[in-house]
Amino acid sequence: MTSPDDDEQPTPTRPSVFLERQSYRRRRLADAARLLPFLGAAMLALPLLWPDDSGGAGAVPLSSAMFYIFACWGALILIAVLFGIAARRLSTRDGSAPEADQWPR
Amino acid sequence: MATLNVLILVCLGYVVLLFGVAFAADRMAAVGKGKWLRSPLIYTLSLSIYCTAWTFYGAVGNAARSGLEFVTIYLGPTLVMVGWWWGLRKLVRVARSQRVTSIADLISSRYGKSNTLAVCVTILAVLGGTPYIALQLQSITLSFSIFAEADPTGLYREGSSVFWVATGLALFAILFGTRNLDANERHHGVVTAIALEAVVKLVALLAVGIFVVWGIAGGLGPMMDRIDASEIGQWNVDASRWTTFTFLSAAAFVCLPRMFQVMVVENDDESHLRTAAWAFPLYLLLMSLFVVPIAVVGLDLLPEGSNPDLFVLTVPLSQGNDGLAVLSFIGGFSSATSMVIVTAMALSTMVSNHVVMPIWLNTQDRPGAVPGDVRTIVLLARRVSIAAIMALGYFYYSLSGGGAALASIGLVAFAGISQILPALVGGLFWRGATRTGALAGLSVGFGLWIYTLLLPGMDGGIIPHSVIEHGPFGWGWLRPQALFGIEGIDPMVHTVMWSLLLNTIAFCLASLLSFPSPMERLQGAQFVNVFDHSVAPRGWTGSVAQSEDLMIMTQRILGPTPTQEFFQAEAERQNGRPGRLPEPTPGFLQRLERELSGSVGAATAHAMIGQIVGGASVSVEDLLAVADESAQMLEYSSQLEAKSAELSRTARQLREANAKLTQVSMQKDAFLSQVSHELRTPMTSIRAFSEIMRDTDGLSADEQTRYAAIIHDEALRLTRLLDDLLDLSVLESGQVSLNMGDGTLRAVLDRAVSSALTGGGATLQVRRTRASERMALHTDLDRLGQVFINLISNAQKYCDAAEPVLTISAHDVGGQMVVDFVDNGSGIPPDAQSMVFEKFARVGSDKAGGAGLGLAICREIMQRLGGEIAYLPGQGGAAFRISLPLAYQQAAQ
Repeated sequence: MTSPDDDEQPTPTRPSVFLERQSYRRRRLADAARLLPFLGAAMLALPLLWPDDSGGAGAVPLSSAMFYIFACWGALILIAVLFGIAARRLSTRDGSAPEADQWPR
Repeated sequence: MATLNVLILVCLGYVVLLFGVAFAADRMAAVGKGKWLRSPLIYTLSLSIYCTAWTFYGAVGNAARSGLEFVTIYLGPTLVMVGWWWGLRKLVRVARSQRVTSIADLISSRYGKSNTLAVCVTILAVLGGTPYIALQLQSITLSFSIFAEADPTGLYREGSSVFWVATGLALFAILFGTRNLDANERHHGVVTAIALEAVVKLVALLAVGIFVVWGIAGGLGPMMDRIDASEIGQWNVDASRWTTFTFLSAAAFVCLPRMFQVMVVENDDESHLRTAAWAFPLYLLLMSLFVVPIAVVGLDLLPEGSNPDLFVLTVPLSQGNDGLAVLSFIGGFSSATSMVIVTAMALSTMVSNHVVMPIWLNTQDRPGAVPGDVRTIVLLARRVSIAAIMALGYFYYSLSGGGAALASIGLVAFAGISQILPALVGGLFWRGATRTGALAGLSVGFGLWIYTLLLPGMDGGIIPHSVIEHGPFGWGWLRPQALFGIEGIDPMVHTVMWSLLLNTIAFCLASLLSFPSPMERLQGAQFVNVFDHSVAPRGWTGSVAQSEDLMIMTQRILGPTPTQEFFQAEAERQNGRPGRLPEPTPGFLQRLERELSGSVGAATAHAMIGQIVGGASVSVEDLLAVADESAQMLEYSSQLEAKSAELSRTARQLREANAKLTQVSMQKDAFLSQVSHELRTPMTSIRAFSEIMRDTDGLSADEQTRYAAIIHDEALRLTRLLDDLLDLSVLESGQVSLNMGDGTLRAVLDRAVSSALTGGGATLQVRRTRASERMALHTDLDRLGQVFINLISNAQKYCDAAEPVLTISAHDVGGQMVVDFVDNGSGIPPDAQSMVFEKFARVGSDKAGGAGLGLAICREIMQRLGGEIAYLPGQGGAAFRISLPLAYQQAAQ
């Protein structure tokens, strides 16, 4: 007996439980940006597990250590650049208030 | 070989260039040009004052001594910048919304604008900053001495060069750091000059690095081999130092006064942080890229025992590349100058705002009445502070002799300034942090830092050697470098761990145990929830008379023109009438305080306004007022609710009235038709019988008499009806004259019953209790009888019982005669009960009878007589009650 209209969404008086796709993306991006320093700290703490020359042979040569640390550093910077670009794109696509205000705190 | 004279010329030329750039930038900003001055690039480059001469020269020396450990002091800031989403964003927002001028101002602002805290932080910053400045002076002097060694003229004297360097730097800082007062008007000149210096030192270090890798080592591959083959060629890092230094540099990056100055105070736009989040780590990476190669090549090429701190200079010199050496010298020079200038600016702001101004304010009874310009006093205080700080640095350098002890002072300063961190982070993220907690944490951390690091590190035995060895009074667990008996920790790690740990514990404990003042709680909410609301706490109340005092005071701080503009804008905002003084509303006072705090700091501005307005800042009442906003809204909504309830009640009453009106109107219509009908029926028969009598001949006398009698009866009926209508209209208009008389109820009832029952079917049985009817009345007895007759004849007409019985009972109720007429019929239907006393009301229009005026007339009569008639529901049949004051009661009145 019900008309086809009855199956549609309820009236939009209540805010939806789920965010629309773009805000959802933006929030996850902010989460990722928050996680970045922890990723960096973990990566940069990793060399502490390497054997050093006090144990005799098997010490890591300094050039490899340098390479590793600068590679981590560069990767961090690169990810930060990408976040910056993504954040700007998402906020300009929104076309409203400055991005910092829209992001979740 | 470059002579010393050439070098000095180059230095002077460089300084002149800096002056030029700073001056041009200030001019451009003043005329509103030069948007690039506020670009993220300039902001990022200005952050590079983190890289001082200590890092420019010292990083290579550090690398030559302990390999990759130097990189930690760059990794900490990198992590902080990359994680700007956590802390820096909030820090910048808070600082901007509170118009904070320095780190001391921020801390003091957060903890209820407490000046004690501001002074503590200032002392800490000065104690940590002075040796740091001395370190910069040392680096410049050392680099001079390298060139002087090779200079044949030999005119170089170390002491005087330090003096002149210090003087020059102080001059520069004074000229460009104290041009304007408002910290929120950025120091564009200085910032631009710093950005230029950032480029210079980066280019210099990169140039030396490239020269070393491709000019000396012969490419990347050979360089790597050379690194691995050198004495530092293996990964050998102390884990505790690595993590501690990374953490320490991250903490210092946020807490250092100069970093706070460029990163937070000079910040133009929060979105610059987003760019700096990757650009500044990139800058740091480039700065540290060639540090290890330079160190390795220096260790290879230079003779044993040469100072590795100066490899950046000595390596190019040893290869005969004088141009590169001079460039490198300029790089180190610019690192030192930018750091010294900004540190001096930041420290002088703190000293003048939190030490000099409060003292000056205390010496004044009424700041509004003091002659002279407060602005000049503040500026003078700042200039003197800069000079004093530079002098302190110079003396520190002279006293310490510029020895190796200075080399570690950078980290020592880091450890000292990091003691602010718990109070800062706690203040930003924890509303429960209190002033007492911050003070406790700061003093514990500060004391431990002095006891475990600063004093033992000083040459000259401020702490006796025995104390370091065995602890004070022989208490082993208090040994400065092995607290609680835990030995074998690196002194730096030892201090950082214990001081920050105990600092944090003291901070948290004291915060938990103490109770914050209203101001602290307000500010705490403002800081922690800065993204939710950026409104300052209200708290000032003033009178109009104070506006003038305020204006005089403000003029002395902001200068006449900006003050007048500010006050006029405020007056316009308040009442649309510029040209008058604005009312000192709380909102205005709060904006004014913000404006002033941009110049002299939050605590001082608060105190100054407090002195004029009356000192009452935030009371519990104000707090309650803030909190009451929600309560007021609740109250308002409940008022609305009450109003709406009242409205709906009125609406219901209106609806009822309307329904009654409609009913009355319908009754009127019904009555009109009834009256017409009643009038027409007798008229018809009168007309018909009179026509018969006129037109019919030969009527018998009998018939004539009968017809005439009918006509007469009908005419009587008409007269009765018209009498009733007339009677009612007379009663209603109040023109009735009462014929007052004395009698008893029994007599009246007797007459009424007998006259009502005569002529009727006489089937109605009336029951009375005559004994109770012996009541004396003083009233219009005929009118009262009319009412009784009406009621009895109504019962006779309408009582539908098989054997109708009317019970009449009389009582004396408190001086009122009450007579009830109750019959045993089915009564009046409930929906008609409210209408029975209305005119023209008739219950059931099918019943023959009167025109529905009887009860209406009764009601009017009873009102005239001072009594009333009412329908008694629930008596089994139709029941009416008549009440009337008794004779004695009336006489008593």
